[in-house]
Amino acid sequence: MAAERPIRLRTEFLSAYFNGNTAVRHVTLGFPVNSVTAIIGPSGCGKSTYLRCLNRMHELSEGAAISGRVLLDEHDIYAPEVNPVELRRRVGMVFQRPTPFPTMSIFDNVAAGLRVNGGQKRRDVAALVERALQRAGLWDEVQDRLQKSALALSGGQQQRLCVARAIAPEPEVLLLDEPTASLDPAGTVRIEDLVQDLSQEFTVVIVTHNLQQAARVSEYTAFFYLGELIEYGLTEEMFTNPNDPRTDAYITGRFG
Amino acid sequence: MASLPGPERATSLSGRNTGDRVYRGALTLLALTLPAALIAILGGLLWNAWPSVRTFGLEFLFRSTWDPVAEVYGAAPMILGTVISSLLALLIAVPLALGVAIFLTEFSPGWLRKPVASLVELLAAIPSVVYGLWGVFVLIPLLRSHVVPPLRAALGWLPFFEGVFYGNSMLAAGIILSIMILPYISSVSREVLLAVPPAQREAALALGATRWEAVWSAVLPYGHLGIIGAVVLGLGRALGETMAVTMLIGNRHEISASLLQPGYTMAAAIANEFAEATTQLHLAALFEIGLVLFGVTVTVNAAARLLVWRVARGSAVGSRAL
Repeated sequence: MAAERPIRLRTEFLSAYFNGNTAVRHVTLGFPVNSVTAIIGPSGCGKSTYLRCLNRMHELSEGAAISGRVLLDEHDIYAPEVNPVELRRRVGMVFQRPTPFPTMSIFDNVAAGLRVNGGQKRRDVAALVERALQRAGLWDEVQDRLQKSALALSGGQQQRLCVARAIAPEPEVLLLDEPTASLDPAGTVRIEDLVQDLSQEFTVVIVTHNLQQAARVSEYTAFFYLGELIEYGLTEEMFTNPNDPRTDAYITGRFG
Repeated sequence: MASLPGPERATSLSGRNTGDRVYRGALTLLALTLPAALIAILGGLLWNAWPSVRTFGLEFLFRSTWDPVAEVYGAAPMILGTVISSLLALLIAVPLALGVAIFLTEFSPGWLRKPVASLVELLAAIPSVVYGLWGVFVLIPLLRSHVVPPLRAALGWLPFFEGVFYGNSMLAAGIILSIMILPYISSVSREVLLAVPPAQREAALALGATRWEAVWSAVLPYGHLGIIGAVVLGLGRALGETMAVTMLIGNRHEISASLLQPGYTMAAAIANEFAEATTQLHLAALFEIGLVLFGVTVTVNAAARLLVWRVARGSAVGSRAL
């Protein structure tokens, strides 16, 4: 199992439901500080739903419910006094497809998270936007056209813009839901490099159906199947010597 | 595939699908009928308005005299009255309609969505004359007793609220128009908001936006052109509305800044006077009003469609609704 490291975020017997149907069942799993954990599994295994429970996006879907606990720095994020809006500022998310705001400029897109919910003082914003774009590896490409529409960027650039937007408010955890699913190989490589850089400062959880990607970017891997956590461990160990026969079958490509 | 029985197959590849050709011809003819009707209406208006156009020229649009005895006609009060009553209606209806659309798409509990949406749309099914009747016997007394006195106490120093309030007025007409156009604006806006990709909302919410901030910063900007289209569509309806306005606006050929005073609209003037127009010039003047009204509403509707079409080029926001 994983080495002794402080855990930033963990779930205890987390189950998630849609209209009474169980999508995720009793998942107990922890994410160490400043690490990358990949969640892998075939389509419909509940990995995206699990991810969406970690920043309380799941509950926005109609008929959604959860049971169990999710603890951020040992505080239950589903406790009644927790405001999901505040929580989402500490747990950022990037989606499968790039979702830039089409009417906003590149600058305003990155600043969007800084301006909502009270927001920052105007003069901080420019510095924070630049820092976020630099950390997302996009600054050099966009610094002379910050006021242009975000739609003028390529798909891969748009996705890095979304990463910049997600990290601008300085979250502690970054959730990536198949961030390269809609990108070409070159865009995918950029995002994968970025994910590894980001783990220096953030606790990253990445859902992917691409096993090579999981092997390349993650330190830990969790394998989900039919809504359950089948196996969790160091990525290297899991890919070379899986414990569960189902993990073995999946990573060797016999199903999925 | 290689061993299909040969002899049964047709030996010739020639032949015509006569049915298709007839069908296509008939449909083409039917489809062309409607544009032809539009052109016929425009032609009829032009032909009948011509004596007035020739006699008064451009001055017709700027003169406020309307004197059938002296045979001097000017449509300025009607044109202005049409524009003011319609803008007043927009001023009241747009915030309400947007509020309804945003509530129904973003905040309403699921069970409330359908009933409220249907009830709002039912407003469009009420006949215009019923609105007029309600306006005369319910709205005007209500305005007189509960709305106008406080309005004048607070804003009476403005030229818009000067003079004695007799009931029939620009204000009454504007309010009734706002209720009549509300369902159009709200249902098209609702379609537009529903067509905004859920990913846009989620992206804003995942950044720590509140529901309201997500609507304001992500959903509304995404659909803004479609919403403008919805508003212009409502404006088009307000400009041409006749019956209810005729019953409420007071029908006076005068330009007044005060909304409490009676006014006139182009549609109301035509409805009121066509039966009494005994001279050729009087009738021609009414036709010219019709021509102006036709031009204004067609322009406004075309503008709405153009806007919505521009939005729809990328995605389909709002295009289905029009």
